[in-house]
Amino acid sequence: MHMMTKAALILLALSTTACTRPDRFGGANGGVDPNAAGANGGINAAPLGSAGDPNSPAYFSQTIGDRVLFVVDQSTLTPTAMATLDGQSQWLLQHADYLAVIEGHADEQGTREYNLALGARRANAVREYLISKGVPSNRLRTVSYGKERPIAVCSDESCYSQNRRAVTVISAGSIS
Amino acid sequence: MTRPFSTYFAALLAAVLVAGAATPVLAQSGPLRITIDQGIMEPLPFAAPGFQAETTGSEQFAADIARVVAEDLAGTGLFRQIDPASFISAPGGFGDQVAFADWRAINAQALIKGAVSVSGGQLVVKFRLYDVFAGGELGEGMQLAGTTDGWRRMAHKVADQVYSRITGESGYFDSRVVFVSESGPKDNRQKRLAIMDYDGANLQYLTDSGSIVLAPRFSPSGDRVLYTSYESGFPRINLLDVATVGRREIQTQAGEMTFSPRFSHDGRSVIYSLSNGGNTDLYRTDLGTGQSSQLTNAPSIETAPSLSPDGSQIVFESDRSGTQQLYIMSANGGEPRRISFGDGRYGTPVWSPRGDLIAFTKQNQGRFHIGVMRTDGSEERLLTASFLDEGPTWSPNGRVVMFARETQGASGASTLYSVDVSGRNLKQVPTPGGASDPSWGPLQP
Repeated sequence: MHMMTKAALILLALSTTACTRPDRFGGANGGVDPNAAGANGGINAAPLGSAGDPNSPAYFSQTIGDRVLFVVDQSTLTPTAMATLDGQSQWLLQHADYLAVIEGHADEQGTREYNLALGARRANAVREYLISKGVPSNRLRTVSYGKERPIAVCSDESCYSQNRRAVTVISAGSIS
Repeated sequence: MTRPFSTYFAALLAAVLVAGAATPVLAQSGPLRITIDQGIMEPLPFAAPGFQAETTGSEQFAADIARVVAEDLAGTGLFRQIDPASFISAPGGFGDQVAFADWRAINAQALIKGAVSVSGGQLVVKFRLYDVFAGGELGEGMQLAGTTDGWRRMAHKVADQVYSRITGESGYFDSRVVFVSESGPKDNRQKRLAIMDYDGANLQYLTDSGSIVLAPRFSPSGDRVLYTSYESGFPRINLLDVATVGRREIQTQAGEMTFSPRFSHDGRSVIYSLSNGGNTDLYRTDLGTGQSSQLTNAPSIETAPSLSPDGSQIVFESDRSGTQQLYIMSANGGEPRRISFGDGRYGTPVWSPRGDLIAFTKQNQGRFHIGVMRTDGSEERLLTASFLDEGPTWSPNGRVVMFARETQGASGASTLYSVDVSGRNLKQVPTPGGASDPSWGPLQP
């Protein structure tokens, strides 16, 4: 139990960082909250709001859940993943002033370039699902990090299962 | 740096190749010769008494050059340096008669004599290679001239000559490796491109760690490097000019991400993976005209291409069968044929510069291997085994494979290793920090 809480806290910290990263769309569209880019690496809770506020990015990442997990070498969405994505799509439909980049990731058990392609598959599976639920495709981009950005660092399934993920990173901004 | 140096070289002498020397290395009947294919178990003993310093101020160069020559040769596992403490006679001056009997008595099969002189910023290195038991020179004496800052390269050139004259094959010492230098913990790893000599010397960083860089590849002539960069926030293929460290993103076919770039045989186009809508296929783009063509068209992942040395075929990996396997197709695309049929998954195929073998990464039962197979998939041979071995690259002569090995667990880190194609002589390549994704460049001119 204690371990789980700790892991959840780490996830929380990571997603906070990810959500405040500016210029996800190359900085061409403006609209990104300038407060988000703090000098301390962008960890700034102010624009995120509280996880209890349904209109806040924090609510999206923590209450709905910004990530879905995959089984080994697969990009098929599990029922749990679809439930999470249903929540994401509803939020995105209600908050048209947000864009999303879906990051696809793989665990370390694979070659680098194959894992890049696998991450692209996973990110796309999420994107396609969100589009099928009505989110406009031009608000959704994908990027794959392959095995380059693990969040859990041990070399067994307890970590691998967390790393095989697709994370929906939202940022305020309109389509340019 | 490369250009002026090469112009100083005296004409390279062709290695003296003696046919029909299929006798074991230690046999004294034939001329001095190692045939690498025969599986050398006993390294050939050589004596390399220090190079003679012919001018004041050249002593350090003489000592350093002799050391690097000996390290190059001994590092192959094919040669063994005889301890100078066992020498019977002093080496004498560079031009002096060689007392072959004294070298035979300590079983030195090869004797390398050298001399070094410095004038201004110019360095002249001379050497002669002797076949001790034949009692004569193997090949002719050679003189190399260049600037003093190129002393290591001159030492590598001498060692390449010795290697080549004794094995009948070209060497690989005067070559460089481009790779990804790694630092920081596993969940915050910083990566930047770096280039170094094949033995880890003269390391130079080519990018900063501001964005992820992956899987660099040398051009056939070693003047440029292709790699994948996240500088734009998304993986894109970049091209870097090694001499000026100038870089640019390559305009490819439009797509969500491009990665896994390799130069074509002539260095004029790039073959790479492009992902769109979650599907990854292989493409080719002409670096001059920007014209693109699609090489594969399948709903599966096609990546990690490698061209045959004659440029006519591409080996690549695909999971069209359900798992990662190796396939070969024409360089223009077309129907591929699968060549890997063993247990497990196969990735990162790299065609040997000799054309005879394909090196690959294999995953089987939770272990990773570097292996080689013939181009028809036969005679598969695993060279290594570990928690994570990945990404082989060939030495310019196709005799050695370098790869990255990552250790297990939260503190896991990646370093470079090399291993002979025979599976022997596994050793770490020294780098200042972590290292991955090596690409071994050509012999320098």
